[in-house]
Amino acid sequence: MTSLIKDQGPLIPRNRAIHPAPYDPDYKTSVARSPNLPLLSMESSPSEETGPTFGHGKLGALDNNLILNWTKGAAPAVGERILMHGRVLDENNRPVPHTLVEIWQANAGGRYRHKKDTYFAPLDPNFGGCGRTITDENGHYEFLTVRPGAYPWPNRANDWRPMHIHISVYGHSFGQRLITQMYFEGDPLIDHCPIAATIKDRSQLDRLVAPLDFSKSRPLDFLAYKFDIVLRGRRQTMFENKMEGM
Amino acid sequence: MVQKLDVLQESPSQTAGPYVHIGLMPSHAGNAGAYENEIGLSPIDGDVQGEVIEITGSVFDGTGWALRDAMVESWQCDGNGIFPGQEGADPNFNGLCRFAADAESGEFTLRTVKPGAVKGRGGVMSAPHISLWVVARGINIGLNTRIYFEDEDNANDPLLNRIEQRPRVDTLIAKKTGEGKYRFDIRLQGDRETVFLDI
Ligand SMILES: [Fe+3]
Repeated sequence: MTSLIKDQGPLIPRNRAIHPAPYDPDYKTSVARSPNLPLLSMESSPSEETGPTFGHGKLGALDNNLILNWTKGAAPAVGERILMHGRVLDENNRPVPHTLVEIWQANAGGRYRHKKDTYFAPLDPNFGGCGRTITDENGHYEFLTVRPGAYPWPNRANDWRPMHIHISVYGHSFGQRLITQMYFEGDPLIDHCPIAATIKDRSQLDRLVAPLDFSKSRPLDFLAYKFDIVLRGRRQTMFENKMEGM
Repeated sequence: MVQKLDVLQESPSQTAGPYVHIGLMPSHAGNAGAYENEIGLSPIDGDVQGEVIEITGSVFDGTGWALRDAMVESWQCDGNGIFPGQEGADPNFNGLCRFAADAESGEFTLRTVKPGAVKGRGGVMSAPHISLWVVARGINIGLNTRIYFEDEDNANDPLLNRIEQRPRVDTLIAKKTGEGKYRFDIRLQGDRETVFLDI
């Protein structure tokens, strides 16, 4: 017997209006990589309503500590120390517990540890740039990391990415899969970034901007930023629950 | 003012960017050892039930160029049509694979088990298929699609039957190229644009 409010119904259809437009000429790479034809819309099926599960057994003790995980604890990364924390929720305003959250980012100078990144900001020998964790039973997650630097990128003649952390979440089903980016409160580059601007509704973009959170900051150690993530929910009615609970 | 709904909106997507591999496939980014256990290396954990197959392909942009930076995730049921985590599922099959276009050739390979047919809501059977999710620089929200197989009976599949322009069905069908080998290309745009799903 499962509880009455276990995930059961089909996924709530995606509201594409809140998401970036696939085609956006100001983000040049999207021009040849965006489908031209309409998506095929259908009610979700088991393929979208099931998804992988990840136990804590796969994760290492330092996986959510980007300051130490690259050197396995031997030496800390350079940069402004921050705690990134928040909750994973679904559209029904319920926490999403025990789900994998993965992040990646540039170092404090704006350089990624990736064989394709050739920006001349130096690599930090003590910083890898990826972390992962699993949300607790209330959907909370946290990462200790350094604030990533802004970096230039080839698009229009002089485009810069605001400081950002990439974040990837599963939820409990493959249809909830989401990758997004966290921006930092007060960063003036947000208003100039063509990737941020792929989200046409400014109030939606603001939902990706993490506020400075002194309540979680540790004195003489790190500042904190709060970032909640909302995944698609599943449709629930008492009627459906009763039917399936019988 | 009307009453307030107690619902939230999904967080907006942002592109995975050119360095998605750092976070999700560290060894592909040249960072092997970042994690002790990398996630999604293979959907096969041991002695699996069913036929092990290999699907090779590329993700092409609108100019016909194969993306060198695409990352794809697959999710599927086991050889008997049961999803990992469900009762009776193959204990040696986890269902998830992460794979990337080769940085030189733009080609990817997915090694997995041929999925069984799946029973959906109302007892409707789906033809064997693998769900895909494609991300890359320039893709602002991950693209969902499916792989079906030319050597399976796809006639009554509810999704394929919803495709109005019948020639487009072919974009979702992997072609057999040898024993246990298939070809499946993804076209983001153009003449034979793949059918992408809003599901
Ligand atoms: Fe980035």
